[in-house]
Amino acid sequence: MAVSVQEADFDAGAEIAALSADDAGVGAVASFVGFVRERHDGDLIQAMTLEHYPGMTEKALAGIVAEACSRWQLRRVRVIHRVGRLQPGARIVFVGVASAHRGEAFAACEFIMDYLKTRAPFWKKEETPAGGHWVDARETDDAAAARWATDKL
Amino acid sequence: MIKLLYFASLREALGVANEALALPVGIATVGALRAHLAARGGAWEVFATSKSLRAAVNQAMVGPESALAAGDEVAFFPPVTGG
Repeated sequence: MAVSVQEADFDAGAEIAALSADDAGVGAVASFVGFVRERHDGDLIQAMTLEHYPGMTEKALAGIVAEACSRWQLRRVRVIHRVGRLQPGARIVFVGVASAHRGEAFAACEFIMDYLKTRAPFWKKEETPAGGHWVDARETDDAAAARWATDKL
Repeated sequence: MIKLLYFASLREALGVANEALALPVGIATVGALRAHLAARGGAWEVFATSKSLRAAVNQAMVGPESALAAGDEVAFFPPVTGG
């Protein structure tokens, strides 16, 4: 149930392989990879800088993973979130979940991303031709996280 | 003393990333601390005017009624935008 916050890129294939390595009880691995888009609401993005709250970030991610493990039967979970300056096309975040059956893996992977987006202390600042600006939080992200308050697998 | 941290657009608006503050007499909650900081005026008035600012005490998100004690690490920041 490992969580990493790092500047370095990650190898999504290697991370997916590690989720089921040496565990024949795994019947399903679901994963999500988030990338820096080249456009945001029409603005051309030259680069993006991710700021975070060292210490709290790791605690918040570990808490989200623990919550997922209490809701679903999971065999392994991996969360990686990059920080620092990233170019369009760069990987930002990896969430991978291994479980016996696909239902748990799909649900837990989506749950972790939805909670990460609203509870983990990261902030994005975009660089555009018109200057730098901080990304606003989206109400759709709050709505996505809120549905887990009542929905269960 | 408490340790105060500011992040992202709030840090830039205030021009301060962190500070140590002697917890003033009568300031016992996060909400009261916000009012105290807003009274500095200028950019600090955002602590009174912003509805979206979030707070964390000892690295856990809290509401305005949350109690404060000497030695606490208190952080203020805008809504998070990771992922």
